Amino acid sequence: MSIDFEKLAEQEYKYGFSTEVNQDVAPVGLSEDTIRLISSKKDEPEWLLDWRLKAYRHWLTMKEPDWAFIDYPEIDFNSISYYAEPSNNPKPESLDDIDPEIRETYNKLGIPLEEQKMLAGVAVDAVFDSVSVITTFKEKLAEDGVIFCSISEAVKEHPELIKKYLGYVVPQKDNFYAALNSAVFTDGSFVYIPKGVRCPMELSTYFRINAENTGQFERTLIVAEEGSHVSYLEGCTAPKRDQNQLHAAVVELVAHKDATIKYSTIQNWYPGDSEGKGGIYNFVTKRGRCLGDNSRISWTQVETGSAITWKYPSCILEGDNSVGEFYSVALTNRKQQADTGTKMIHIGKNTTSNIVSKGISAGQGHNTYRGLVEIGKNAEKARNYTQCDSMLIGDQCGAHTFPYIEVKNSTAHMEHEASTSKIGEDQIFYCQQRGLSAEDAVSLIVNGFCKDVFKELPFEFAVEAEKLLSVSLEGSVG
Amino acid sequence: MLEIRDLHVEVEGKEILKGLNLTINKGEIHSIMGPNGSGKSTLAQVLAGRDSYEVTKGEIIFAGKDLTELEPEERACEGVFLAFQYPIEIPGVANTYLLREALNSIRKYNGQKPLKHVEFGKLAREKMKNLEMEDDLLKRSVNEGFSGGEKKRNEIFQMQILEPKLCILDETDSGLDIDALKIVSDGVNSMKSPERSFLVITHYQRLLNYIVPDYVHVLVNGKIVKSGGKELALELEEKGYGWIEEGVSA
Repeated sequence: MSIDFEKLAEQEYKYGFSTEVNQDVAPVGLSEDTIRLISSKKDEPEWLLDWRLKAYRHWLTMKEPDWAFIDYPEIDFNSISYYAEPSNNPKPESLDDIDPEIRETYNKLGIPLEEQKMLAGVAVDAVFDSVSVITTFKEKLAEDGVIFCSISEAVKEHPELIKKYLGYVVPQKDNFYAALNSAVFTDGSFVYIPKGVRCPMELSTYFRINAENTGQFERTLIVAEEGSHVSYLEGCTAPKRDQNQLHAAVVELVAHKDATIKYSTIQNWYPGDSEGKGGIYNFVTKRGRCLGDNSRISWTQVETGSAITWKYPSCILEGDNSVGEFYSVALTNRKQQADTGTKMIHIGKNTTSNIVSKGISAGQGHNTYRGLVEIGKNAEKARNYTQCDSMLIGDQCGAHTFPYIEVKNSTAHMEHEASTSKIGEDQIFYCQQRGLSAEDAVSLIVNGFCKDVFKELPFEFAVEAEKLLSVSLEGSVG
Repeated sequence: MLEIRDLHVEVEGKEILKGLNLTINKGEIHSIMGPNGSGKSTLAQVLAGRDSYEVTKGEIIFAGKDLTELEPEERACEGVFLAFQYPIEIPGVANTYLLREALNSIRKYNGQKPLKHVEFGKLAREKMKNLEMEDDLLKRSVNEGFSGGEKKRNEIFQMQILEPKLCILDETDSGLDIDALKIVSDGVNSMKSPERSFLVITHYQRLLNYIVPDYVHVLVNGKIVKSGGKELALELEEKGYGWIEEGVSA
């Protein structure tokens, strides 16, 4: 027998199908007219159009960041379309109004939109290209005062909240991709948990990119009022297409005093084929503000998809005793590249941050952890614990670690642990001797490696994540 | 059960086994003894199907099948078990999880239904009790942070659960204190059956006081140079290997 690490068998991307629907697609290219078109499609108020235009004008002056450890051909932002919506029944009143093709798509993805068929206790907002097609369990959630709807709807129904919080965490001019998103964002989810409410269900958004040559620019905003609690999960898939597709999202989280937001991501965008052709370019800005004392924001991500991942879910710990957490599994197989990590900015006293990052590289993948821990001068007794582990499968992949630590207060307590290991042939052999195939052995070992992160996911999704990881690793041993 | 004929094995281009012959029948316990570097562990690894050990000549027939044609996991499923001299650590993977997956993989191969969690749990706890293992060893990561004795006990525990036809024990006695040695030996002895064979590889005669072999073979420089009954082990203990080695070179 032989374990041929170099040989990468072509593995099927399960979600690579595309859906035939009539699409209303904006003309290719980006200009102020494009933005006006998006804004009018969404029937937006004047202030939001101005907000978008301001972002756009600033974006024109900005340069694409080049510091990340990723390599890709220059993106021509004028060659893609910025808006695509299924044109049948753009505003479904009920499930029956949704294009059956789209319903079938979600069924195939394992996300039935009928409430009675769904996982008990999970409400879903389904975003298809640029629009949200439905949000389930809205009425039930409303009984507790929880708002869960698409951001377009929130603009109309809850303008005061949107006006206050849009750009509150990630300003329009924050960075190149955030500015682009601010100019052209189409849909996404809005969550508002009132004071003292513990959200009775898991909330989730399922993002699907379907249209060809179209970017997806979603925007998610979660506000947790004093003493509230919410757990939110997002999932993402896209069809197999030869062209690269751009995804540039912004996620903003606001946690007030004593509030907790748990945000989990299972990202499985199409990663491209074994030659590195196609796949999603995933440039995402995710950030949370722990505004109030004792607030807590926890990011958990399982990143197995995308050709390029550029993503640093971060926490700004402003309130005293606030806690920021980042738990990450990032897997790169074939020619995937990921530059991901977090920023923990300690401002308040007794603030704590925990970072656990597990990077797995297989095939010719490159996996980079990039993390900043900054302790401000007034952040008395701040604590950070960082654990950053890399695992290599085969000898053509790479793992890279760039930790940045800035401490301006001498009472800070910092711990940083890092390790790099190669999946051992003797580990695989040991499992084989007990009766497991080499592939099952790799998946078992990798899942063991990721356990500290998986245990942070809501239970149903932890199982999902393990399966996803096994599928993504298929073909990494020949 | 197992027939090895004129087996030649190379590791990184160097010949380690140089024409080894060995026949083990059902229900027999064979012991291989020999000085350091004689090829004892190589034999164990080759039988289990380790990648870097190349069979250049000869054959290994196990239960009518040519073992060299099979992947390591297929050999395991056919009933070959190796208790490792140095059990491997797998961080994050619960001991019970690996073992349940392994057992069900073997059951599947043999056309049996997988064992349910509850059934497996019951089985595991029963076997652990006999080996005087702490319950928490089930939940702990495979061999991670185990003491030397715990690791060896864990190997025997796995062997008891998987119920192989051929049990290969590679220096299972090394690193064991006398109490642990007794427990491990009892664990092995409890598995004796007319259908099951054992190949016990050891440096010292001590283990063979507990696991009494039917045959003892002396491996020197890649070949079996002397075979006998259990009394041969005692003779070796007394005289060392020198007199045999001299006999070989003469």
